[in-house]
This record gives sequence, structure tokens and C-alpha cells, in this order.
Amino acid sequence: MKNIIQILFLGSLPALLLAQPDAAEILRKIDKQMVTESAEATATMVITNRRGRETRITSRSWSKGETTSLVEYLSPAREKGVKMLRLEDVLWMYTPQADRVIQISGHMLRQSVSGSDLSYEDMVDNGKLLDIYDAAVVGEEVFNERPCYVLRLRVKEGVEEVAYAQRKVWVDKERFLPLKEERYAKNGTTLLKIFEIRSVMKIDDRWYPKEMYFKDVLAKGQGTRYIVEDIKFGVDIPDYMFSKAALRE
Amino acid sequence: MFRFLMKGMLRDKHRSLLPSIVVTLGVFMTVGMFSYMKGVMGDMLNNSARLESGHVKITSLAYRGDVDILPNDLALENGPELLAMLRENYPDVSWSERIKFGGLLDAFDENRETRAQLGVGGIGIDLFGPDAGDRDRWDLGSGLRSGTLPQKPGDILMAEKLAGNMGVAVGEEVTLISATVNGSMSLQNFHVAGLIEFGIPPMDRSMILADLNDVKLMLDMGDWSSEILGFLPLPYYDDALAAVLCDTFNTVHSDPMFMANDTLTFTANLENDNIDRFAPYMMSMLDDSNMREYYTYATKAGSIVSFVMIFAMGIVLWNTGLMGAIRRYAEMGLRLAVGESKGHVYRSLLMESIGVGLVGTIVGTVLGLALGYYLQEVGLNMGDMMKDSTMMMPTIIRARITPEAFYIGFFPGVFATLLGAGLSGLRIFKRDTASLFKELET
Repeated sequence: MKNIIQILFLGSLPALLLAQPDAAEILRKIDKQMVTESAEATATMVITNRRGRETRITSRSWSKGETTSLVEYLSPAREKGVKMLRLEDVLWMYTPQADRVIQISGHMLRQSVSGSDLSYEDMVDNGKLLDIYDAAVVGEEVFNERPCYVLRLRVKEGVEEVAYAQRKVWVDKERFLPLKEERYAKNGTTLLKIFEIRSVMKIDDRWYPKEMYFKDVLAKGQGTRYIVEDIKFGVDIPDYMFSKAALRE
Repeated sequence: MFRFLMKGMLRDKHRSLLPSIVVTLGVFMTVGMFSYMKGVMGDMLNNSARLESGHVKITSLAYRGDVDILPNDLALENGPELLAMLRENYPDVSWSERIKFGGLLDAFDENRETRAQLGVGGIGIDLFGPDAGDRDRWDLGSGLRSGTLPQKPGDILMAEKLAGNMGVAVGEEVTLISATVNGSMSLQNFHVAGLIEFGIPPMDRSMILADLNDVKLMLDMGDWSSEILGFLPLPYYDDALAAVLCDTFNTVHSDPMFMANDTLTFTANLENDNIDRFAPYMMSMLDDSNMREYYTYATKAGSIVSFVMIFAMGIVLWNTGLMGAIRRYAEMGLRLAVGESKGHVYRSLLMESIGVGLVGTIVGTVLGLALGYYLQEVGLNMGDMMKDSTMMMPTIIRARITPEAFYIGFFPGVFATLLGAGLSGLRIFKRDTASLFKELET
């Protein structure tokens, strides 16, 4: 009887292995949903500060490829006209009040954007996970009533200047959206940020987050909601928009 | 009798001049050192009050809990109302509002591109409003090295050394990069009206002064107030008075539950969800600057040093009295032999020592006070030694003449000399009158 069980178990092992999805393939599918070749979007950030008060910042953004993007704040009045331009690894910020263009680099990239739980790095991040991380499927769970693969991501050797060295990601099995992420520091145990997709929308044949939630674990606030009001993919954006000179216009 | 004794003393230099010089020197050192130590301690407290914490300071409980990171987002709401109430209810105390902030100061070229950038600390004070008292307290005019004091909103004063390090001149525009109370990055241009020397190394390396309203605008603070400082109507900090004021204010205006929980630490007490973290809270200077332990230690150490000094001087001067009396052993014998009573000889010895002690003490006190006055007015410039210091200490160390300085020298100067003479003179009573001539023959 014992032998029969062993034979049955060993016989089913290849089938079990075959059923395990390929982590790299999952990452490729996530990138396909999340990374845009070019896009134009309007979004609202809802920030709850330490006093429990809400601030809403609406912005318009344009992106081209993985390393070129521009964000312009539309409201509130105090923030209106503030622009952030990312060209490759350099981030520039323009404020109309001072009529100055300031480069944001080094540790400042990890500073909070407008008191939110997003850092400047988070704000302009459009890189492919597959290029940065090695992944492994570590389980399957249900998150917000959606069956998910649970992936453990570790930064690839030779890749430097990464905001989060490790991530644990809950990926929607059907839509391949990262419904939840725990983002860790290099040691893999210090949790830095929690990210969740709280609602999604379908544009053409692509699933995309409608409302996201960010929580900087080290900050005392109550988290930030990032709501995509509208988004267009594959738009034609003139190159001159992504120049330092255009920031003052 | 006294005239006779004085005449004798003046004629015998060994009895008058030498002991008086020793007493003078001892008292001079005692008074000088005492004034110097009082000055160092007083300067430290006064600077801390003037620049940092007032004699008392009011913040929100939450601000106080995170005070090291200058959490202006946790400031007191309705600051002007609170300030008006304080001025009405506590009219003897001078109240001033201040905002401390940090950021990057950015100097730019004609294309508005960054030319130099340094981290700075800043303080917003009422430069143009009704609070003339705080402007006087800063005494900005005396430290101004070039340019003018701020004339209009948007003007700032910059530490001369900081300006030198950044290559910024008077009249230039600079951008301050900071964060608003909502956490947004804030870029604000300021006009450098003047360059100033604060005389305190950490401030001279990295400090700018701006108008309170400009800073509120930059940080988007509205009517919030980060810190309200109170200055008692005294030239020096009085801890007991400050403690009474804090107790009175906190009992009425702070959170009663927070006040009741005096067994917990400040931070642990703040964790209680039922506490109004934005209630005002008053702290005395020593508690605000975490100087209480240091102050207690320094006060004790100062007292010990003063005591040792006085005691050492006392020993020296006692010895002077002792030597003076022993040296005159034969003279005493002769005086006893010619019929002068032991009590009379002893009293005359004491009278002489009082005379020497008084003269030496008065001269020593005058000289010590003169040294103290010089150090009080001119001071010792320790700038070179303190250029890398991170302590909020002035580069010029000054003495301070206190009422105690006028009488402190009398303890070693008169009493020790008298004690020395008194103890050595006791031997007079032990001498056998019958054998005096025999003693004198030898």
C-alpha cells in the first residue's frame, strides 16, 4: 500500500512541476500590462497627512519609453505649474514661483513627493520588472477575492541604483496585474513600502490600475491613494516636450 | 591701640606688606575666577534662551515629541490667538513667535542654473511686525558685516561665512529649497540684504534669518505657529520662576490627561490615543534644551570648583597668618615679659590679622572685579579654538560680575587669615611666664 502511494506521488511530480507557472513569463505579462511605450494621463493623488487631513493633487503626465516622462501639477493653486521631467536617470523639477529648474538626484530621489507616500523614484518609475529582477513563484493566494500567484523578486546581479532590492508580489492570475506588493530594502527583511491596486479598468484589451494605494511604512501618515482619472496609450508626444527648456513654457 | 598697632605694622614690612600681597593675590584670583565661571555659565544660558528656547517655550505636544526634526507640520493652530491670549494673561513675560526650518540654499547664475548649493538652517523672526523686543534680543545691527538689515518682505540675512562658502554677495537672489507643512517641495527666492556674524560657530557656518511671515508663506503654514518663546523680565534665567509659569500654563491650557500621566516619559505619554496631540505645552528652557542634567552638573561642578578655590586660598592665607604669628614668637614673649597680658597680646594679634586681611581683601576684590569687568566688557576671543565647534557657545567668552563677587573674597581673605593667626596665637596662652626670660636668652 505504502509503495503504491509513493509510486502515485512520484508519478504525479512531473505534472505538478509542469503546472507551476514560469516566473519570468509572469513578469513579462505584468510588464506588458503596466509598462507603456507612450501614454498621456490625468491622475489625482489623495494624501492623508499626520493630522489626518486630506490633500488632493491633480496632475497631467506624459511618458515615452521607460526613461522619459513629464508630470505637470494642475491643482491645488499653490502647486499649479510645478513640473517634473525625467530624462534617463536625471530628474528635473521646475517651480513657477521661483522660476527655477532644479535637479533632483541622489538621496533626494527617495524623498516624498508632496508629502505623499510616493517617492520621486516611484512617481516616474516605468521600468520593466523583467529587466531588473530575478523572480520565483513562492505560492498561490487569494487577494481581494482574486486568485494570485505570489512571486519573490530579487534584483539581478549587476543591476544597481534600484529603489527596492526585493519585492514580494501578488499577481492576478487572470489579468496579470500586481494587486499587492511588499517592497523591501537590500536585506530583504526591512519593509519599506506597501503597494496595492484597489480597482482596475480595461482600456482596449489591456487591464490597467484605476486606483492604487501606497504606504510608506517608515512614514507616520495614513497612506496615499493614486487615482488615474483618464489615460491614453500610444499617443504621439512631440520630443520637445521632454526638454529642460520646455519646462519654463 | 589700633593706631599703635597699624603704625607698628606699617613700619615692619614683614608684618604688613608680604601678608597683604599674599592675601591680595589670593582674593584677586578667587574673585576673578568666580566672575569668569559665572560668565561662562550665564552666557551659555543666555545664548540658549536668546537663540534657541526662550526662558519658556510653547509648542504643540506632537511638535515637542518630534522636535529634533523640526516638524512644522505639527505646529500649533491659531497661533495669533494664542499669542494674544499670552500677552494679555501674562503681561510681564515678553512673548515672541519663531519658526525654525531647514533646507538647501541654492545660488544661481545668469541662466538661473545652480552655481552653488549648501544645506542650511533658518529661523523666521518678526522682522517687520510689532515684536520689536525680539529684534532687540537678536541685536542684529551689531553683528552686521555688510549690506543692511532686511528692509522689506523677501529680504534675508545670511551668515557671512556661509555666504563666503557659497560665493554669494549682498544684493544677490538665492533660492531656498525646503518642504511645506504638507510635504510639498517648496522653492522660494530671497534677496540677500546683508551678511551677518552671529559669533556662534554652528550658526556662522549655516544659518539664515528671514521674516516670520515670509517663512510662513514659504512653508504654507497659514496661522500656525511652531514655537512661541517667553522671556521672563529678568536679566538671567530663573529656573524656579520658569517652572511655576510652566505649571500654571499647562494646568489650564494643555491636555489634562497628558498632564496627569507624569509617570510616563514624554514620548510614551504621547502614544495614548485619547490625548490631544495638538494641545499647547509649555516647557522651561532647561527641559526644552535638554540642559537640565548638564545645568545641574555644571552648577554643582562650579560650586565645587569655587569651594576648592576658596578652600585652597583659605589654606594659603591661613598659613600666612600662622607663619606671621610664629615668626613673632620672640616678640610675643618679650611683650609678655614686660607685663602685657596674654589676652591683650592675643587680641592685638587678631586685630592685626583682621587689618591685613581687610586691606588685602579689599585690594584683591577691587583687582578681581577689575579683571572681571574687563572680561565682561571685552571678553576672551576663543574663535580660532572653536571654529569647528558644534556647540551653541559664543566665540567670545565673557565673565559676569554678580553681587556675590563683591563679598566672596572675604571668606578666604579675612576669615582664613584670622583663623590662621588665631590658631597660631593660641600658643601664647600655653607659654609659662616664669620661663620667659630663659626663653628669650636663647
